[in-house]
Amino acid sequence: MTALIFRRLLQAIPVLFIVVTLTFFLVRSAPGNPFSTEKKIPKEIMEQLETQYDLHGTILHQYEQYMWKVVHGDLSLSTQYRNRTVNEIIAQTLPVSMTLGSLAYLLALFLGITCGGWAAIRHNQWGDRGLMLIALLGISVPTFVSAPVLVMFFALYPLHILPAYGWGSLDQLILPAFCLSLPFAATIARLTRGSLLEVLKLDFVRTARAKGLSEDAVLFRHALKVAILPVIGYSGPAAAGILTGSIVIETLFGIPGIGPFFVNSALNFDPFMTSGVVLVFSSFLILFNLFADILYFIVDRRVKLE
Amino acid sequence: MERPGSTRPARALVVSAFLAGALALFLAFFYFFGGWSLSAPADLVLCNGAELQTLDPAIITDEPAGRVAQALFEGLTTRNAKGEVIPGMAQSWTLSPDNLTYTFTMRTGAKWSNGAPVTSFDFLNSWERALNPATGAQYSYQLYYLLNGEAYGTGRITEFSQVGVKAPDDHTLVVTLVHPTAYFLELTALPTLMPVYLPTVRQYGRDWTKPGRIVSNGPYVLKAWRLNDYILLETNPQYYRPIAIHRIKVLPTDSPTACFNLFYSRKTDLIIDKNSIPAELVQDIKNKPYFHANPFGATTFIRFNVKRKPFDDVRVRKALALALDKQDIVDKITRAGESIANTLVPPGSVGYTPPQGLARNLDEARRLLAEAGYPNGQGFPDVTMLYPARGSVWIQMATEVQALWRRDLGISSIQLRGQEWRVYLNTEQLIDFDISLADWIGDYNDPQTFLDMFVTDGGNNETGWSFPQYDQMLQNSGTIRDPAQRMQVFHDMEKILVEDEVPIVPVYFWVGLSLYYPEKVGGFEPNFLDEHPWGELYIPEKAK
Repeated sequence: MTALIFRRLLQAIPVLFIVVTLTFFLVRSAPGNPFSTEKKIPKEIMEQLETQYDLHGTILHQYEQYMWKVVHGDLSLSTQYRNRTVNEIIAQTLPVSMTLGSLAYLLALFLGITCGGWAAIRHNQWGDRGLMLIALLGISVPTFVSAPVLVMFFALYPLHILPAYGWGSLDQLILPAFCLSLPFAATIARLTRGSLLEVLKLDFVRTARAKGLSEDAVLFRHALKVAILPVIGYSGPAAAGILTGSIVIETLFGIPGIGPFFVNSALNFDPFMTSGVVLVFSSFLILFNLFADILYFIVDRRVKLE
Repeated sequence: MERPGSTRPARALVVSAFLAGALALFLAFFYFFGGWSLSAPADLVLCNGAELQTLDPAIITDEPAGRVAQALFEGLTTRNAKGEVIPGMAQSWTLSPDNLTYTFTMRTGAKWSNGAPVTSFDFLNSWERALNPATGAQYSYQLYYLLNGEAYGTGRITEFSQVGVKAPDDHTLVVTLVHPTAYFLELTALPTLMPVYLPTVRQYGRDWTKPGRIVSNGPYVLKAWRLNDYILLETNPQYYRPIAIHRIKVLPTDSPTACFNLFYSRKTDLIIDKNSIPAELVQDIKNKPYFHANPFGATTFIRFNVKRKPFDDVRVRKALALALDKQDIVDKITRAGESIANTLVPPGSVGYTPPQGLARNLDEARRLLAEAGYPNGQGFPDVTMLYPARGSVWIQMATEVQALWRRDLGISSIQLRGQEWRVYLNTEQLIDFDISLADWIGDYNDPQTFLDMFVTDGGNNETGWSFPQYDQMLQNSGTIRDPAQRMQVFHDMEKILVEDEVPIVPVYFWVGLSLYYPEKVGGFEPNFLDEHPWGELYIPEKAK
């Protein structure tokens, strides 16, 4: 398995290389300038700025300079936040997103698997139908709708029990973490339910029941172990998404995370910041997919990692 | 079917152990990285608009950063709560009879936050730094008013001693200008002309604006600054006069809804930035005691590309200007009590009487359009209208303008083209549009900040319009000493711009918006420049 992990990490290098290259060229070829304001900038100043930020010369030359820095772990300067490096911005914002994200992730797994399992046991009963309707809503209602509604209800009117905005105390985490986890929890619930229903029909479950095991033992020791596989497959990419923040949740709740940079850095024509966040996200995606594969291997003995 | 439950105690133990572990891990993470300590108490919490791009006064271009810079640094002059220019680091000044040389006397006892005295050399060196092309200060043109300032700023001369600023001793700064500049004392209050403490700038390079390193000379010092999170300011113990509010917490946010929620749940005392107030809510809250609006020196207008058909024909431009139902736009779109604009210069410039401008006249508009060859809009070429795709107001306004011209003039061939902010700026610079929506905020309280945009090939002209007489008049205005006469020249210039030649159509004048309860925040006075220095704020007695 060590060899596999090693090989997968090696494969990640060309993937990341291609991703960063594509991002850089896309951002730099868009018609706009990272420094422009409503007031025209004198030519001499513009040249100076471009030199300072390594954005002068041909695009290939700029790319070469940038890649050289990236290889050395330097993600260059942000053109929007002029006194900060991209490394510094990521170092400050990513842990915030990961803190919120990990809480939302745990919440999503807990809610999703519990509700999904519960619904499967009560297949086609009212509880099942009700929960699955809620789950369908959770998947189809975007966070930019659910979040303001929850804020209105719990922070403004009729209840004032939770803060609407901000970061720094535990009560400020509850609403954003819940909103962030909702669509993931709903997806996991539906996955768990569907998969568990399939598994409960299989022969080994019948055997387990036949040999007199309690329904509880059948469910938890045998069925859920198999039924959880699609959830594991889904949770890898989901973790990458949830831990690197969400622009909607973080903007709406004023959370100083990395989420908004995915969109805003591109709008600001901040080339290095854009490449930087894309690099972070792709690394997370590769890493968590690898985790999911390893988890697959541990849980499901039929899988051979090759 | 047997209900789950037989093995519950053991399983529950495992599950709760797992959850407890995860929670402990999470709390540790939150403690170390989440910024636990930031619920620092503050005497005033305010929403300041988007996150600052920088706190280096020479480099600042955005308004939110300008406001923080005004709290941290102080120029030769500064502003009071009414937005008027008052002495800052300069205690007094004299102006030579030819209106070209200012001699500033530095305030005795003025100190940097580290205790070092503020001297005229600090200004000399800071201005050198702002002008030096190597600094990359985008607004360095605000120092081009100095003799040889432009030459130094563009690298044509490299000897700073040739620039019109001298410090004969620690207490005196002598500034020589190119032309008499009536508004120079307004410029010295702008961030670009604020002093910086050079020793720390040199020592820390790009990192000099970080808390703990930055040395400032204004009413406040920077205690903390977390990106997209908060800024904490505390009164500067070295400042020359007492400041009422000790600790201010500044919240940056891009989301007007979030800002309003904060205010509504009483978690912030003051919203300063117009962009932080949801436009769609203005109608509902404009009569509330916390809603404050004041006329503001900024104008939204429409540019024509006069190099392209059909806008090369002045009759077409005039027809569109005469027909535009501006009242409809301020009533339906902006809705914060803006007044319609028939001139570019907003009302409120001291001593300035604007021309009439083109008032709405549909018959005349239709006649001109027919005369130009497009009766009832027939045969009007396909043109596009450019607007910036940010916020909701621009797109609504573009749609409305398109509909109004179709309704009133029968022109149905205008297509809309929205572009992201920086792409839009690029397209405007290249004058690659037919019609474009734009706005302009005055730098200082003088008609010139609006009128000098439209000189031939001016960097901010962006219409292709050129009128030699206009250029000549602007140049002449620089040498006129009598203020009344100078204003008359501006009046005549604006008449050419908005009545005769019409490369632009003014649409409406802005209002500055702010939200606060008057019983909780004092020292916030409406003014034309929307300047509200934080050092002037106080908390009224009864709110304490």
